[in-house]
Amino acid sequence: MEIQFVLNGKKVTADVQPDAVLLDVVRGLGCKSVKCGCETTNCGLCTVWIDGKSSLSCSVLAARVDGHEVTTLEGVEEEAAELGRFLAAEGAEQCGFCSPGFIMNVLAMMRELENPDLDEIKEYLAGNLCRCTGYMSQLRAIQKYMEAKQTEQCMEVPA
Amino acid sequence: MSEKEQTAVNTRKTGTNTESGRCDLTKLRVVNHSVPKVDSGSLVAGKAVYTNDLAPSDCLIVKVLRSPHAHALIRGIDTEKAKAVPGIECVFTYKDCPDKRFTLAGQTYPEPSPYDRLILDQRVRFVGDAVAIVAGTSEEAVKKALKLIKVKYEVLEPVLDFRKALDNPVLVHPEDNWRSLAPVGADNKRNLCAHQESGSGDIEAVLASCDYVIDRVYHTQANQQAMMETFRAYTYADTYGRLNVVSSTQVPFHVRRILANALDIPKSKVRVIKPRIGGGFGAKQTAVCEVYPAFVTWMTGKPAKIIYTREESLIASSPRHEMEMHVRVGADKEGHIRGIDLYTLSNTGAYGEHGPTTVGLSGHKSIPLYGQAEAFRFTYDVVYTNVMSAGAYRGYGATQGIFAVESAVNELAQELGMDPTVLREMNMVREGQIMPAYYGERANSCALDRCLARAKEMIGWEEKYPCRDMGNGKVRGVGVAMAMQGSGIAGVDTGSVAIKVNDDGFYSLMVGATDMGTGCDTILTQMAAECLDCEMSDIVVHGVDTDNSPYDTGSYASSTTYVTGRAVVKTCESLRKKICERGAEYLGCSPEDVEFDGEKVLSLANGESISRKEIGNRVMCSSNEPLSASGAFSSPTSPPPFMAAIAEVEIDKETGEVEMVDYAAVVDCGTVVNPALARIQTEGGIAQGIGMSLFEDVVYSEKGKNYSNSFMQYKIPTRLDVGTIRVEFESSYEPTGPFGAKSIGEIVINTPSPAIANAIQNATGVILRDLPMTAEKVYMEMKKAEQQ
Repeated sequence: MEIQFVLNGKKVTADVQPDAVLLDVVRGLGCKSVKCGCETTNCGLCTVWIDGKSSLSCSVLAARVDGHEVTTLEGVEEEAAELGRFLAAEGAEQCGFCSPGFIMNVLAMMRELENPDLDEIKEYLAGNLCRCTGYMSQLRAIQKYMEAKQTEQCMEVPA
Repeated sequence: MSEKEQTAVNTRKTGTNTESGRCDLTKLRVVNHSVPKVDSGSLVAGKAVYTNDLAPSDCLIVKVLRSPHAHALIRGIDTEKAKAVPGIECVFTYKDCPDKRFTLAGQTYPEPSPYDRLILDQRVRFVGDAVAIVAGTSEEAVKKALKLIKVKYEVLEPVLDFRKALDNPVLVHPEDNWRSLAPVGADNKRNLCAHQESGSGDIEAVLASCDYVIDRVYHTQANQQAMMETFRAYTYADTYGRLNVVSSTQVPFHVRRILANALDIPKSKVRVIKPRIGGGFGAKQTAVCEVYPAFVTWMTGKPAKIIYTREESLIASSPRHEMEMHVRVGADKEGHIRGIDLYTLSNTGAYGEHGPTTVGLSGHKSIPLYGQAEAFRFTYDVVYTNVMSAGAYRGYGATQGIFAVESAVNELAQELGMDPTVLREMNMVREGQIMPAYYGERANSCALDRCLARAKEMIGWEEKYPCRDMGNGKVRGVGVAMAMQGSGIAGVDTGSVAIKVNDDGFYSLMVGATDMGTGCDTILTQMAAECLDCEMSDIVVHGVDTDNSPYDTGSYASSTTYVTGRAVVKTCESLRKKICERGAEYLGCSPEDVEFDGEKVLSLANGESISRKEIGNRVMCSSNEPLSASGAFSSPTSPPPFMAAIAEVEIDKETGEVEMVDYAAVVDCGTVVNPALARIQTEGGIAQGIGMSLFEDVVYSEKGKNYSNSFMQYKIPTRLDVGTIRVEFESSYEPTGPFGAKSIGEIVINTPSPAIANAIQNATGVILRDLPMTAEKVYMEMKKAEQQ
C-alpha cells in the first residue's frame, strides 16, 4: 500500500506492506539514526516523533503515519548536536547505539516539561535503556545542557 | 619496552631522571585529562556507522531455524518446500556443512576452549541450537521458508541440572571428533569441559587450626550482557574472491581464524572489518553469528547479512557462566584470615566457549584480595549441560568468585562480631606483597587501602553502619565489598601498533585493538599525542581491518589500556627517534645534535630547524624508506586494578523489596588515562552489577526452554533502578603500565553483588547466598528468620 507523510519536513511517499513497522520504513528512507534494540517497546532506541510526540517506531505500523509528520534525529540535527556536545563532554554516549533515541526523548521532554527536576527527568526518560553508562553521566549532561539553555535565554532577555 | 626505555619515556615527560621512573602526572597535557571520544560527533548525530547501517541493500537475508528441543538427534530434514518459496536462495542443513569441529570462543590459538562445534550438527544440544540456515532476498520469504522446513527429531533426555552433569549417563558431546587443544583437564565422555586444582600451603591443616571457619555455598546465575546492539554481521566476496566479513565483534583477528576453521578454508581467504560497535561486554568475544552469513556467501558468492533479533540474542548467545561456589574461610579469633579454600562448579552449557578459562578467575581474582593468608586451595570443574552455551561477560568469572569470597568474608565478620570494613583493613592485600593465589605476582601498585578508606568517608560508614530504621516499615543498610581483576592475559595478550608520518606531517595511528564503544580509539590517541608532543587532531586513528591493522588479540580481558597502551608508547618512542634521524638528514647534521619538540626538528648546533610538516612532505619525494614505526607489546604480568565499594540499600520489611539508595565506589586503576571515560565505565559496570544482584536472571523451564527471551522477561536496570552511583579514583602508579595505568573495563562489575548482599545482611540479618536477590527471596528469608 502507498502512504504519504512528512518526514523531517519533507513530503515522502512510500510503498509499504500492511504489517510494516515505521522503524523499518524510516530506515529504508535513509534515516539510519533510528535503531532497533528490542522489538518489544522496552528499550527506547527507536524513538521518533509523530506529530511532535515521542513514539516507539518499532511498534507503530507505518500505515498509521499516513498524513502525519514524522521526525527523526536527522530532522533536528542542530539541536541534537548541541545536546550531543554535552553528552560527549561527559562521555555519556559511550557506544552511542542508544544515543539517537535518547536524544529524541530528551528534546521531547524539553518541549513538554518546564524546568523538570531530577526525579521528573528520570521518570520521563525511564523508557530509554542504556547498558553502557549507568545513566549518571546522561543526567549530568542533561542538567548542564538545561543550565546552558537557561543562561542563553537569560542573555536573550534585555537587561 | 624495557625498564630502561620506560624510564626514558618518563624522563622525557618529566625532564628529570627520577629514580622511580614515574612520569610527573602534573606535566601531562593530554593523558589524565577528560577529552571527548574521537568518534563522539558521529555517534551523537546518529550517523550510519554501525554494521547494519553499512550493509549493502542487496545482501541476502540470513536466518537460522532453531531447535525446539533441549537435546535431540535430527533423523530427517525436508527442505524442498522451503527452497521453493520465491526469493529463497539457499537452505543449508548439517549435511551441507564441514564435519570439522571448532570453537566460537575468541581466544588466542591454541584455544583453551574445546573444539566442539559444527556450523550445523545432527545433534542439537539446547532449545535454540541451530538446525538449518536459510537465505533469501527478503525477510518475508525467509520467515516463510523457515516455517516450511520439516524436521524429524529423535528427542533425547537432556542434562539440565549442572550439579548432576558430571559423569551423567547422558552425554552432551559423545562424538569422537570432539577435541581439546590445551591441557585443561577436559573429558567429553564425562561431560567435563575443564578441571584443575591449585594451591599453596596445607589448607586442611590451617583450617583445622583456625578459631573460626566459615563454610558456605554460593550460587550465581547466568546473566546476559544485553548490549543494545544485538549480534550481527554481513559478508561479501571481494574482487579476489575472498570472504569479507563486517562484524560487530570485539575480536576481529580471532573471527578470521574461527571462520577459516569453520569453513575449512585458508585464513588468507578471510578478511574481517569492525565498524562502530553498539556494546559488547564480552558477548562479542564469541563469534555468535558470523558463521551463518559467512557460510552463505562462501557457498553462493553473494552478499549476505544476519541481524539477530533480541530474542535470538537472549536464547542463543553467550551469557555469563552460572557457578556454584563452596567457600571455606578460616581465621583466628582476632580476625586474621589464615586460609581460603574454594571449589567452583561452572556451567558452560551446550558448548565450551570460555568454559575452561572463566572459571579460573573465580579463584585467582578473589582469593588474592586477602594477602596474609597462610594457605589456599582452589579447585574447579566445568561441566556441559543442555542449555545455551555460556561465554565471556565482563568480569569473566571474577565477578562470580568475588561474590562468593567477599560474601564469606562478610559472614566471617558477623561470626567474629566485627565491622566488615575493619576485618578487611586487617587482611587486605597491600602494595608490595606477593600474591600466592595470583600466580605468585607482586602487587607493585595497590591503593586498595585508600580506596576502602575513601569509600567509607563517601558513604558515611561510621554513622550508617550497620543500619537505620526509617520508621516507615523500611530499613536502610550499608554493605561493603572489594574487588580486583587483571590487565590483560599475562604472556598471551598482544597489542600491536603502527604509526606513520604522512604529507603535511599528520600521523596515522593503526591499531588492532577493538573500540566497542569503550573509547580505546580515543585513549590510545591520547597516549600517542602525549608521546609525540602533538595535538590529538594531528593523529588519525584507525581500527580494525585484519588486512590493514597490526595484530591485536582484541578488546577483552581488560587488556587494551595496559597492553595496547604500552605498544603505543613503545612505537611512538621509536618513531620519535626516526623523525629525529630524518630531520637531521634533511638539516645535514648528526641525529645526536637534534631535538624534536613535536612541531619541528631543531639543530642544537646551529639553531636551524625543519618542521614536521616539511619532513612529512619531503618523505613523499625521492625517499627510500617510509617514515613509520611499528611495535608490539605483550606483558609477562597482569597488574591487577583494585576497588572498594559500599552500597546503601533500603528494604521494605513488608515486601522484601530492595531499593538502591547510594553506591560509593573508589577505584585504583593506576593513572586514569581519561577520567570521564573511566568514570562512565565504572558507573556502567556498577549498574550492570546492580541488575545482576537484584533481578537479572536467565530462567529455563523444566524442559530447557529459555523463558528470559525478551526485555519484558530479562529485565535490565532502567535509570529508576540504580539509585545514585558515585565514583572516585584513588590511583596507585603501576610501574609497568603506560603512564602508570592499569585496566578499568571489568573490575567495575565485581563489587555490587557482595556489597548489596552485605547491605541486606546488615539491614535485616538475612543472608542471601543465591543471586539474584529478589524481593521474594528477601521476604521468604525474613519470614524464616522471624519464625526461628
